[in-house]
Amino acid sequence: MSSDPSITPELISEHGLTAEEYDRIKEIIGREPNYVELGIFSVMWSEHCSYKNTRALLKGFPVESPRVLVGAGEENAGILDIGDNLAISFKIESHNHPSAVEPFQGAATGVGGIIRDIFTMGARPVCAINSLRFGDLSNSEVRRLFRGVVSGIAHYGNCFGIPTVAGEVYFDQSYEGNPLVNAFALGVLRHDQIARGAAKGVGNPVFYVGPATGRDGLAGAAFASQDLTEESAEQQRSAVQVGDPFMEKLCMEACLELLATGAVAGIQDMGAAGLTCSTCETAARGGTGVEIDLAKVPQRSPGMTPYEILLSESQERMLIIVEKGREDEVKRIFDKWDLPWAEIGNVTDTGQMVVKNHGEVVADLPAAKLADEAPVYHREAKEPVYLDEVRNFTLEEIEDCDDPKSALEKLLEWPTIASKNWVYRQYDHMVRANTMVNPGSDAAVIRIKADSVPGDDAREDFPEKIIALAVDCNATHVYLDPYEGSKASVAECARNLACSGALPIGTTDNLNFGNPHNPELFWQLKESVRGLSEGCTAFDAPVTGGNVSLYNQNPDGAIDPTPTVAMVGVVEDEAHVTTQWFKDKGDAVILLGEPVGKGDILYGLGGSAYLQVIHGCKNGKPPVCDLGIERTLGTTLLGLIQSGLIKSAHDCSEGGLAVTLAESCFSELHGRNTPCFLGADVDLSSIVDIRSDALLFGESHGRIIISTSDIDAVKTVERAKLMGVPAQRIGTVGGDQLKVKLFNEEYAWEIAGLHDLWWNSIGNAMA
Amino acid sequence: MNFAVLQFPGSNCDQDCVHVLRNVMGYPTQLLWHKENNVGDADAVVVPGGFSYGDYLRTGSIARFSPVMGAVKEFADNGGFVLGICNGFQILCEAGLLPGALIRNRSLQFRCEHVYLKVATYNSPFTSQIPEGKLMRIPIAHGEGNYFCDANTLDEIEANDRILFQYADREGDITDHANPNGSLKNIAGICNAERNIAGMMPHPERAAESALNEKDGRLVFESLIQSLNPASTTA
Repeated sequence: MSSDPSITPELISEHGLTAEEYDRIKEIIGREPNYVELGIFSVMWSEHCSYKNTRALLKGFPVESPRVLVGAGEENAGILDIGDNLAISFKIESHNHPSAVEPFQGAATGVGGIIRDIFTMGARPVCAINSLRFGDLSNSEVRRLFRGVVSGIAHYGNCFGIPTVAGEVYFDQSYEGNPLVNAFALGVLRHDQIARGAAKGVGNPVFYVGPATGRDGLAGAAFASQDLTEESAEQQRSAVQVGDPFMEKLCMEACLELLATGAVAGIQDMGAAGLTCSTCETAARGGTGVEIDLAKVPQRSPGMTPYEILLSESQERMLIIVEKGREDEVKRIFDKWDLPWAEIGNVTDTGQMVVKNHGEVVADLPAAKLADEAPVYHREAKEPVYLDEVRNFTLEEIEDCDDPKSALEKLLEWPTIASKNWVYRQYDHMVRANTMVNPGSDAAVIRIKADSVPGDDAREDFPEKIIALAVDCNATHVYLDPYEGSKASVAECARNLACSGALPIGTTDNLNFGNPHNPELFWQLKESVRGLSEGCTAFDAPVTGGNVSLYNQNPDGAIDPTPTVAMVGVVEDEAHVTTQWFKDKGDAVILLGEPVGKGDILYGLGGSAYLQVIHGCKNGKPPVCDLGIERTLGTTLLGLIQSGLIKSAHDCSEGGLAVTLAESCFSELHGRNTPCFLGADVDLSSIVDIRSDALLFGESHGRIIISTSDIDAVKTVERAKLMGVPAQRIGTVGGDQLKVKLFNEEYAWEIAGLHDLWWNSIGNAMA
Repeated sequence: MNFAVLQFPGSNCDQDCVHVLRNVMGYPTQLLWHKENNVGDADAVVVPGGFSYGDYLRTGSIARFSPVMGAVKEFADNGGFVLGICNGFQILCEAGLLPGALIRNRSLQFRCEHVYLKVATYNSPFTSQIPEGKLMRIPIAHGEGNYFCDANTLDEIEANDRILFQYADREGDITDHANPNGSLKNIAGICNAERNIAGMMPHPERAAESALNEKDGRLVFESLIQSLNPASTTA
């Protein structure tokens, strides 16, 4: 390769590798790498592919349960048993940096990538959710990114035909210039349909299927593993891939059809680091070698170099290892779907990843070492200085609220709390005809029916299942206390599932943090992982996979640490599916949990939306999350739901009790422009010795507002108490106002007015 | 009575239609691949929603050239019942089997939400079993559902009672506020002059089961089944 640049310290550094890492490479291969090999190491040892800065930490996650069929880190996504020989595969993954540079394609290909991870496992993708973070909507650049990301997700998901059933969107200045786009997908399969990404069987041919390789997305994984600067964004625009959901839909249908034939020995998508990662990972997993010739790879533009072909992240491509002698089945199925395919190589017993170009060897590297022996760093962690200020914050600096009436209105209008209808109405959330609870309640609920399984399940009486999904992270709380805030993210997810009638069974997480070389930022990460681990352990919801996205910062500093948690639960019976809005006039309103967390000198106001919106301050120790209390609360609520007592359940989170009550009054949507209103008369006057702002807007954990028929109220309260959960009837559903009586004052809001502020806020900002 | 549901590359509501016809309504239903050139023993054909051929160029514009569309045209010419839903409606318009076109929503955004439909005529194989005065609640999910045709065509459609559904508010009033995409006359569905071909943007197959809290869409399929076999009793 005479035209390849020679390896200089500058070139090594441009590839994101340190001098020590380069020495390690030389040690592994026993010589100097060539330019192509340097590129391969660069992407394989990027944080995105190797988790070199986080692998040691992630070992702390709980990863086992009797349901785990494929565990975290084994394959592209984990798989959990849901009974009757059925299983689900799910994972969340970030596409933050591409979305910052090109929001539409960045977000679209984020969705495409996670869908591929799921069908690579042999599962049919049946639903998607997402978690998004942007700066303040008053900034036109933020609005451009927000609009682009949402339409990119809509474009890809809608065209592919996957319902986007839930999500969360937060707006905070720390994300200005570095939005977060975390996409989640879930698929369904039978136990006997699990596919593996291993290159098994020496002599088996290796097929490339999907569209031709182009120069788009060159070294995207390496790009994602550096700080985002204006310069890097401009230079790296070519690192953003271009998505084609139509192609992916065909590719998925063809792959599922092919997997059903039994002709597949191994399958792997070409995601981050494209052809490089897929060949070396399949060889590493299979304990084999792989030899490919790049000249056989379909190419979109002439004159592509081996370096470019190997590192391209062109989308919708798959690597398939086929049982020798069954090549014709691949050809038949991919021809049927009019998809390009090419036989590009074969499995060897050398343990080497050998890449040729027109027969000439351009790279020859030990596959297992390349995939598994990336350096592992134990970064320095140091408690951030800003936490001193956080700890010293007291409420003495802040007067109690003199106008709760307008405070609630402002909170409901705050984009982070306001209705996300502007977002989800752009997503097809009903395709596949399984969505039982649409976006707008605590968790999405979908059913799993025969056609959710690849190839349609042939069982006469298919055992339908119901699952619920939620995604949460209050990054302000995480910023102010990474450990408590992270526990609370898990707890909130679990509460949302319980409110929907589901028992949590598994978790996938997306760790979005700043530069790990900064000890204070690394401390956030370390503390956060500790909190997440304890949380997932407490709910028996092991982590089955996930993603780490570091270097999320712009020149002004790092983002708030954002460990996004997505949790999946199982609903036992259709009758248990519960939504958050009040159902009938005359029903009892009951508060489960302590009105205010015990021993919290800030009464739940630390890091609250109330402090941010009304006092413009993001400070104070956030409420402590007691996982024992949360677990008891969840199982108690689920028991009550399963007894048929509960008509609605909505957990308290941002904006506290007042926002939860208001949302319970107005969040049901019957149809276009047709919300349903049911007021409530609430009496909190028995709760004394607490500031009214804390009682109304504090964000203590472990609280859920439920409603029951009047006749069941006493029984419900008694049962909850018997289980050790504080419970009290606080009011009655009815009327067209939300009335709240405190020990010192009484307030009333018109439901219709509150609804309109909440419903239209984001739409107005985007108009 | 047999149903065929067309399957183009990029169709994504094909399975949903098969599910409802086969498992909910209880009739044999087959997927029909776009490369087929006859509809076999089908008594009715459903052209499902999705993004046929990625909706590149223009929605439905490539699908109309599929071999199967020739077969569908022949089937319809002989009086066979054809129902196009969402992308299926767009394809039928592109194929000239229904008049007009579906252009970009006036919001310029995709819209997925439940809408209310007023039944404009009961005189069709697709609406005959809907109780008179019934306001239908059915979801839409499209980016190009804005029905448009020239004034003469519109006159003809109206004069011949060919509008099947119109977007309405919850009181059943046809208002601009209730129009989710900018369609002329709030048109959500129409039929051809012979009344055997219909297209509609809303998705009745997503609103046909109590498990999804929806039943109204069933009435469209019940009408079709009743029209195919007046002796059949529908649940």
